Amino acid sequence: MAQAERIPADPNPSPETEAFWEAAKAGRFLVRCCKACGKAHWYPRTLCPFCASLDTEWIEGSGRGTIYSYSYMRRATPPFVMAYVALAEGPTMMTNIVDCDPEGLRIGDAVELAFRSSEGGFAVPCFRPSGVGAAS
Amino acid sequence: MARPASAYIAGAYELPMRLYPDKSLAELQAEAMLGALADAGLERSDIDGFFCGPDAPGTGPLSIADYLNLKLRHVDTTNTSGSSYTIHVAHAAQAIAAGKCDVALITLAGRPRSEGRAKGALARTDNPQQPDFQWEHPFGLAVINVYGMTAMRHMHQYGTTSEQLAWVKVAASHHAQHNPYALFRDLVTVEEVANSPLVCDPLHRLDCCVVTDGGGALLVVRPEIARNLKRPLVRLIGSAEAPKGQNGGEFDITVSGAAQSGPAALAEAGVTGADIRYASLYDSFTITVLMQLEDLGFCAKGQGGAFVADGGLISGVGRLAVNTDGGGLCNNHPANRGGMTKVIEAVRQLRGEAHPAVQVPNLDLALVNAIGGQLAVRHASATLVLERE
Ligand SMILES: [Zn+2]
Repeated sequence: MAQAERIPADPNPSPETEAFWEAAKAGRFLVRCCKACGKAHWYPRTLCPFCASLDTEWIEGSGRGTIYSYSYMRRATPPFVMAYVALAEGPTMMTNIVDCDPEGLRIGDAVELAFRSSEGGFAVPCFRPSGVGAAS
Repeated sequence: MARPASAYIAGAYELPMRLYPDKSLAELQAEAMLGALADAGLERSDIDGFFCGPDAPGTGPLSIADYLNLKLRHVDTTNTSGSSYTIHVAHAAQAIAAGKCDVALITLAGRPRSEGRAKGALARTDNPQQPDFQWEHPFGLAVINVYGMTAMRHMHQYGTTSEQLAWVKVAASHHAQHNPYALFRDLVTVEEVANSPLVCDPLHRLDCCVVTDGGGALLVVRPEIARNLKRPLVRLIGSAEAPKGQNGGEFDITVSGAAQSGPAALAEAGVTGADIRYASLYDSFTITVLMQLEDLGFCAKGQGGAFVADGGLISGVGRLAVNTDGGGLCNNHPANRGGMTKVIEAVRQLRGEAHPAVQVPNLDLALVNAIGGQLAVRHASATLVLERE
């Protein structure tokens, strides 16, 4: 039996990001996208980091990506995998890889969204190796 | 090329101990100041500029400046974490050139060891309202796990190995054996580093810098003042700073801000990396040194592993001597902020006052680079080029 999984800490939503965390509680993964230049960015913000337009909107993220890099925090209790995942939408986000054999992970591995509940009940967007979930 | 009006580092002092259980932060600030003044041959009343980081308790510079009872006409509390004090040297020179002060004191003091604050494993103490907090804090961001991601990506992209990274620590231990003040003075081998326990894959325990109490101080002074002192003349001839962030999620974590600050500082100095035989490079982790060597241009991107292998950074052995005091990996990392001790050892080298076993002969140029913050997330690189006149 594997050790208990790390429980994510709570985020601190702001008026700028409440919609993301509300949608997450409903199982939806939003990505912020710019209507002016068409690019998605991470982390989500009103100001497009690429073209400085304020004309940005939430879009439904695919929840799919690949591992850009990771590290295995094996000394933590419980241990966990810190990662950057390159989203199918373009930008790379910080996350944890869950439901995995940490020593079997490779950069470039395909991963898919796996929400985890934080200490205070927020749905935190983590990822797991593609194909692990019952749905796939 | 014409060099800009510049300033001199006339005083440099490193607090000798690595554990201060019975001193206040303010006392350490005072001892650091007095040490630098004695080194330079200046009086407290000569100081008219004060630079400090958030390790100085109180609002900006106000409490410590008042405790030290400084009479000031210029203050600067630029905070880029560990590289703050490296940036302060450049900002002090700029303030002096602009006529805003004549003698600038830069201080650092902290007691993370006495206060039981380990470096890498604990979460950062961030402001929950900073915009990135909610996208990073839930995932357990700690210093070591983001540096671990940098190392993992560098290994993936360039074939860098744990054994190559280990050479950075081995070189530090070769230097630290000659430093009576160093926290760790024992020689270590590549095998010992690479076989030390994994803390956060791919980083091992001996890939990580030490946690120490302590600090230090620098005095940056107007040229006319420096020339009237009895110390060897160490002049700042080039400097640059480069904050680097996540660029909206489009980033390459194998490149640091040193790729910007390094070439800019060298160009201002009118020298190239080939002219540099000693460098102080922030060694929070072994990978940090590798990244700076590449980004500063000492070797091509991805070739850092080969550059550091086989004693490449050991004074008298390699092409480039690095961190001859033993660095943060073996000697000292006071207050978890390494930018101050990096400048101090470069000044020792240029004065010819490093330990004879590690002194680079006839040294007239040195480079200092510090990376403050987290390589893979947000950091600021600061580069200085110093010249012995
Ligand atoms: Zn845009």
